[in-house]
Amino acid sequence: MAFANPNITAIAVEATEYPDLARRYRVSGVPKTVVNETTEILGALPPDMFIEQALGGLSSS
Amino acid sequence: MGLLAPADQDKLRESFSEMTSPVRLLFFTQTLGCDTCLQTRQILDELPLLSDKIAIEEVNFVLDKEKAAHYAIDRVPGIAIVGQDAAGAERDSRIRFLGTPSGYEFISLVQAVLLVGGRGPNLTEEQRQRLAAVDKPVTMQVFTTPT
Repeated sequence: MAFANPNITAIAVEATEYPDLARRYRVSGVPKTVVNETTEILGALPPDMFIEQALGGLSSS
Repeated sequence: MGLLAPADQDKLRESFSEMTSPVRLLFFTQTLGCDTCLQTRQILDELPLLSDKIAIEEVNFVLDKEKAAHYAIDRVPGIAIVGQDAAGAERDSRIRFLGTPSGYEFISLVQAVLLVGGRGPNLTEEQRQRLAAVDKPVTMQVFTTPT
């Protein structure tokens, strides 16, 4: 997704190395995706569902 | 000495041979206070051995704060994947890895390198259009653990 649009940044975070981040975002299971600090996606989803959940939380322009 | 089995090296070499443009892995590290930096460097060092289109560029996180800020890396070990556009100019993929890319994350790293190097993406036209419509900054943090 990040490669497709320069507005999007994707960061893969190794949770055991950064427990402060894991705590901050309440990561209890992986994978867990946090989008713009607000939307949370637990687990791995098929691409279409993932895109919709990730972008669905953004306010429309 | 390699961390990868020969069969895996062959498979990766083959995948990387399909890349059409060079990829730089900017590796943000520091000498002290980073227990996993050495391990990460060792993992990254495997990749240029498998493709002449892959290069590792080490950046000292402490001494080169401007570069770290430019690539929005605020922790070490941190990896930014940078490609090239058709004109040869730098194209930041805006893909980052924080922490050691071991286990499954290594596969993710390889897939990201392949993507930025021109092999992929695996998106449908509809997905591509949906993503192209994003006009605000979006940051996605994907938390994983070494498996």
